[in-house]
Amino acid sequence: MNIPDQLKYTKEHEWILVHDDGTATIGITDFAQGELGDIVYVEVDTVGETVEKDAVFGTVEAVKTTSDLFMPVTGEIVEFNKDLGSDGEDNPALINEDPYGKGWVVKIKVSDAAQLNDLLDAAAYGELVG
Amino acid sequence: MKPTPLTQKHIDLGAKMAEFAGYNMPISYSGIIEEHQGVRKRVGVFDVSHMGEFIVKGKQALDLVQAISSNDASKLNPGDAQYSCLPNDKGGIVDDMLVYRLFDDMCAEGEQAFMLVVNASNIEKDWNWISALNTFDTRLINISDETGLIAVQGPKAEAALQKLTDVDLSKIAYYHFAKGTIAGAENVILSATGYTGSGGFELYCRQDQTADLWDAVMRAGAEFDIIPAGLGARDTLRLEMGYCLYGNDIDDTTSPLEAGLGWITKLKKNANFPSKSIFEQQKKDGLMKQLVGFTMTERRVPRHGYQVCDADGLTIGEVTSGTQSPSLDQPIGMAYVSKGHTAIGSKIYIKVGSKQLEAEVTSLPFLTI
Repeated sequence: MNIPDQLKYTKEHEWILVHDDGTATIGITDFAQGELGDIVYVEVDTVGETVEKDAVFGTVEAVKTTSDLFMPVTGEIVEFNKDLGSDGEDNPALINEDPYGKGWVVKIKVSDAAQLNDLLDAAAYGELVG
Repeated sequence: MKPTPLTQKHIDLGAKMAEFAGYNMPISYSGIIEEHQGVRKRVGVFDVSHMGEFIVKGKQALDLVQAISSNDASKLNPGDAQYSCLPNDKGGIVDDMLVYRLFDDMCAEGEQAFMLVVNASNIEKDWNWISALNTFDTRLINISDETGLIAVQGPKAEAALQKLTDVDLSKIAYYHFAKGTIAGAENVILSATGYTGSGGFELYCRQDQTADLWDAVMRAGAEFDIIPAGLGARDTLRLEMGYCLYGNDIDDTTSPLEAGLGWITKLKKNANFPSKSIFEQQKKDGLMKQLVGFTMTERRVPRHGYQVCDADGLTIGEVTSGTQSPSLDQPIGMAYVSKGHTAIGSKIYIKVGSKQLEAEVTSLPFLTI
């Protein structure tokens, strides 16, 4: 299973990559996409909103189940990955194919960088899903 | 958790496994959508050995079947199969099942034999229910543990299986069966039935024949790109056809008439069965609710238990099954909806989280094959 070292993780199976400019990219892990199976729709209607750590910022629909997406840290949702989105040209299966790359879900502006310390590193996340 | 005769094969194939009805079952192998399309377009193979099988055998075998089954088993000749349900005495359903009228070579003079195929989750409940109603000169034998069941489904199923048997499969009409040798396995029931709507066969064999038969089917199907398919695809395939799943769409509290199973509830048959008078009354009074199919305008996928509302937000029912239809690429579902909202084309609203999303009542099946 792919668990990149440079990412931080939640127990709810989101990953977050923090950039130098204070923004961060969020997605779901390889483990999560494998458990969900074929993803058919991603809904994020929180763009422009500030969402609290651990609150729901979106939803992933797989064939078999629905799963909420949780914020790893508090932040403003600045962008939703349009390639997954709902304009008819969407391809939510990108999450299955490339969960840490083309299948990213949102970009956020991190409100409180100190919250990042509460997240799991790759080793701890690996233990959780191992 | 019990294994089926094929559990180790599924694990070796890298399937995603989960407990289902007490059995260690494959949910998917290559992915639900790929398996679904494989069955619709070519051929797929399912391990459904978890299903329960009871033999009903004796001088009054038909009398027992008639006394428990909503459908009319007196219409069955040897080699015929029939969909039916076991009503309880409160107007609900103990289980749905297939009834097979077996060939008379299984029986002594003057006897008849049937096989009842029931849901794995209900084997014990069904056994107790039927046993309690067995006041006849008839034996009930549970062969579930000794029986393997492989479903080979899809437009290429017959061509793949025909390579393995001398039985002329093209002569076995839908809901009929033959008994014969396939891939060296003797006395296998070759049944032209299934839960996918794409045609094919279900092969009932002895437990110790199951693994070799699976391998032979996979080899014979290789030229048609046969794939193993799991319970996930089984669910999306059956839902596109509007087939009921026990525990989701029907249960101990739902009436077969409300579930759209009036066609297997033969109130005029020449035998009494549990709840017959309740169903007669329901038919006379009209149904207060009905199981309907619906499609969603928006992309969210309906799930079992979601509330159904009218345009004013009043609750009018509940979703029993839902999925993203791989064939239609659209969310589909079934729901019990109260009188006045069941007509084809009616707008209903599915409560998804805090939203009420529009849906439209549509005719079943969702897919015409």
